[in-house]
Amino acid sequence: MTEDQVKQIVIDIIDEIAPDEDTSNIKPEVNLRDQMDLDSMDFLDIVMELRKQHNIEVPEEDYPKLASLDSCAEYLTPKFNA
Amino acid sequence: MHQSRIVITGIGLTSPNGNTLEEYRKNLLEGVAGIQMIEMRYMGQVPAGVCNYDPKKYQTRKELRVGTRAGSIAIYSAREAVANSGLDFENFDKSRIGVYVGTTEHGNVETENEVYNISKFEYDTRFWTHHHNPRTVANNPAGEITINMGITGPHYTIGAACAAGNAGLIQALQMLRLGEVDVALAGGVSESIQSFGIFAGFKSQGALGTHETDINKTSRPFDKTRNGIVVSEGGAIYVLERLEDAQARGANIIAEIVGYRINSDAGDYVLPDPVRQTECMRAALKVAGMTPEEIDIVNTHATSTPMGDIQECKAIREVFGDSPTTYINNTKSFIGHAMGAAGALELAGNLPSFQDNIIHPTINVEELDPECALRNLVINKPLKVDAVKVILNNSFGMLGINSALIVKKFED
Repeated sequence: MTEDQVKQIVIDIIDEIAPDEDTSNIKPEVNLRDQMDLDSMDFLDIVMELRKQHNIEVPEEDYPKLASLDSCAEYLTPKFNA
Repeated sequence: MHQSRIVITGIGLTSPNGNTLEEYRKNLLEGVAGIQMIEMRYMGQVPAGVCNYDPKKYQTRKELRVGTRAGSIAIYSAREAVANSGLDFENFDKSRIGVYVGTTEHGNVETENEVYNISKFEYDTRFWTHHHNPRTVANNPAGEITINMGITGPHYTIGAACAAGNAGLIQALQMLRLGEVDVALAGGVSESIQSFGIFAGFKSQGALGTHETDINKTSRPFDKTRNGIVVSEGGAIYVLERLEDAQARGANIIAEIVGYRINSDAGDYVLPDPVRQTECMRAALKVAGMTPEEIDIVNTHATSTPMGDIQECKAIREVFGDSPTTYINNTKSFIGHAMGAAGALELAGNLPSFQDNIIHPTINVEELDPECALRNLVINKPLKVDAVKVILNNSFGMLGINSALIVKKFED
């Protein structure tokens, strides 16, 4: 799986958990919370959906690695390809 | 002790047969019920009262995803009530507003959903949502109102089984009189139709209503063939204020709460006690300083169960049997039993009688049960009278909680 595909998976999850947000122009290098109305509970939702939909576990100490789309892709792609 | 007069200055509601007071009242006068079959997890089709208000009118999609149905109904009703009240909400001190919402129960729906959810993952609790606790804390529906509306005064729910709608209003009245708040948003809500446990519990108790041919005749209090409750969702929230505050801002005063009482059977877990119900109504009359003859409408609690209806009729006969001027009706025959919302919602359906002097009937009585025969029971079609000035609203609940609220047409 490519990093771009992983980014799309994360965007699809954000579309589900934050349905009022426009995800069409997310800047991949900018923190998600700086460009969208996402709170800590939303990040827990992202972690939950990764677990439910893709069987991917993100330990609590790694939550900061989900900060931006780029960091998500960098951190999650190896997990998807493992 | 000087006690401020407490008045109703706004009403917001959603019921299975109307999302505004106007629509709801029109259907009550035209005999239009609002019951439908819904699919219930583990049970199949069951009759229920479902509200079809637009949740997106006052909430974002994210709020709807994170919050509860009870919270959404509460927000819709509260927002509609504030709009109806004409209160300058934007400029009002939000720390002086209190939110008091009656609920029969809360949290069953959300817990059942999560148990079902993890059943799809072999009961692995890693899949249990972090939203569970904020969704299931007992104050949830009231708290969701404060978050949505930016209200920083006190909020909590009042758990009072099916007397909760009245209990919410009584709590608000007391807090206004204590000077704790200047405006109260109060009433009751219910999301109970999403809980299979409520339906299954009534079914096991032999108290879940059915009708062979017409779904809208399932809830039929006082009818000889009645066989149980129709569970409904709904909400009614009122804006309450001290009279002097309402007058100072030139509010449209809808009615005044002049009497109330809550008491306990201290007996059975589910079977009502007409002796205590009688005491409850008489105590409310005493608070109001009124005789039974001064009550124009008694809106009954009757839920269409064989025993409960008879018990309430005994109590009403005891208090109002000699009153030629008191008419009796029932709203659950249209909307089913809206549980925590019932008291507040049923009162709302009757308040327009102060303007139109029409008493909405109890419908679906094809053969009146002789044990439910009451003087002046308004059956199947509305009744126009010379004047309606006072309504007594009964709401009773499990564990033997009784409430009676007396509301009067406003006269300065």
